[in-house]
Amino acid sequence: MHLILFIVFAGFCLGGAINLLLQSHPINSALSLIVVMTSLAVLYLLLGAEFLAAAQVIVYAGAIMVLFTFVVMLLNAGREERTLGSRAARAVGFPAVVAILAVLATVILHAQGLGVATLGEGLTNARGSTNIEELSTVLFTRLLLPFEVTSVLILIAILGAVALARHGDGDPNGKPEANGKLERTAAK
Amino acid sequence: MNSLFSQEVPLSWYLLLSAALFSLGVLGFLIKRNLITVFMSIELMLNGVNLSFVTFAHQWHAVKGQIFVFFVMMVAAAEAAVGLAIIIAIFRARATLAVDRIDLMKL
Repeated sequence: MHLILFIVFAGFCLGGAINLLLQSHPINSALSLIVVMTSLAVLYLLLGAEFLAAAQVIVYAGAIMVLFTFVVMLLNAGREERTLGSRAARAVGFPAVVAILAVLATVILHAQGLGVATLGEGLTNARGSTNIEELSTVLFTRLLLPFEVTSVLILIAILGAVALARHGDGDPNGKPEANGKLERTAAK
Repeated sequence: MNSLFSQEVPLSWYLLLSAALFSLGVLGFLIKRNLITVFMSIELMLNGVNLSFVTFAHQWHAVKGQIFVFFVMMVAAAEAAVGLAIIIAIFRARATLAVDRIDLMKL
C-alpha cells in the first residue's frame, strides 16, 4: 500500500514539475506547482510528518500559491517569449542539470545505511509521545528564540512587501499617483 | 503482486525524488523566461530540499529535520511576499515580465 501511494504521488510530483517547465502560460505553471505541493504533503504524511503535511497544504499550497495566482492575475501575465537568451540558457542548462542530477543520484544510491520507510512508523516514538508533541516541545523550549525571531522576520517581510508594492512615494491620501497625474492633465 | 502491496519503500527513493525535484527547479530557473515562473522554480527547489529534510528526519528518528522544514516554510512565505512585491514594482516600472528585458544591472 505504501509503495502504491508513493508511486502515485511521486508520479504526480514529477508530472507537475515537468508540466511547470513545459507550460508557457504562468497560470498553468502555478496550477502545476499546486499539484506538486499537495502531493508533497501526502509524501510527508507517508514519512510520518503529519504536522508538516498540514503546514505544507496551508502555507505552501494555500497561502504562497494564492499569492502567486493573485500576482499572475493582477499583472495579466501573458505567454512567455522565446529569445536568444533562452536558447543559450537551454544549451548550457540541460547538461548542467543532468550533471547535477547524476551527481546527486550517484551519492544517494551509494549511500550506506539508508533505511526503509514503513507506513505508520514515525508517528510515535519509544516514549509514546506523538510526533507533533515532540515537535512542539523542541520548538517552544530549546528553539524558542529562533521561533520568535521568525515572527519578527515575517513582520519585516509584511512591511517590506507593503512598502515595495505601494504606488508612488508616500502619497498621504493613498491616492494612486497615475490617477493624480491624469486628473492634473485633465484639469489643464 | 505481493511486492507492490509491500509496506516498505526504500528511503533512497524519496531522496531520488527530492533530487529530481531540485534538478527540475534548477532547469526551470535556467530556461524559463518569465519572471513569475522563474520565481516558482525557486519554490520548487525549496520543496525538493524540504522533502530530503523530512526523509532524513524519518531516517534518524530525529525531530530536528522537521523543525528545519518548518523554518524553511516560514522563510519561504516571507520570501514569496517580498519577491512578489518586487515583481509588481518591476512590472510597474518596466511594463514587462520577460527576464531578458529586465537587464538594468547587467554589465
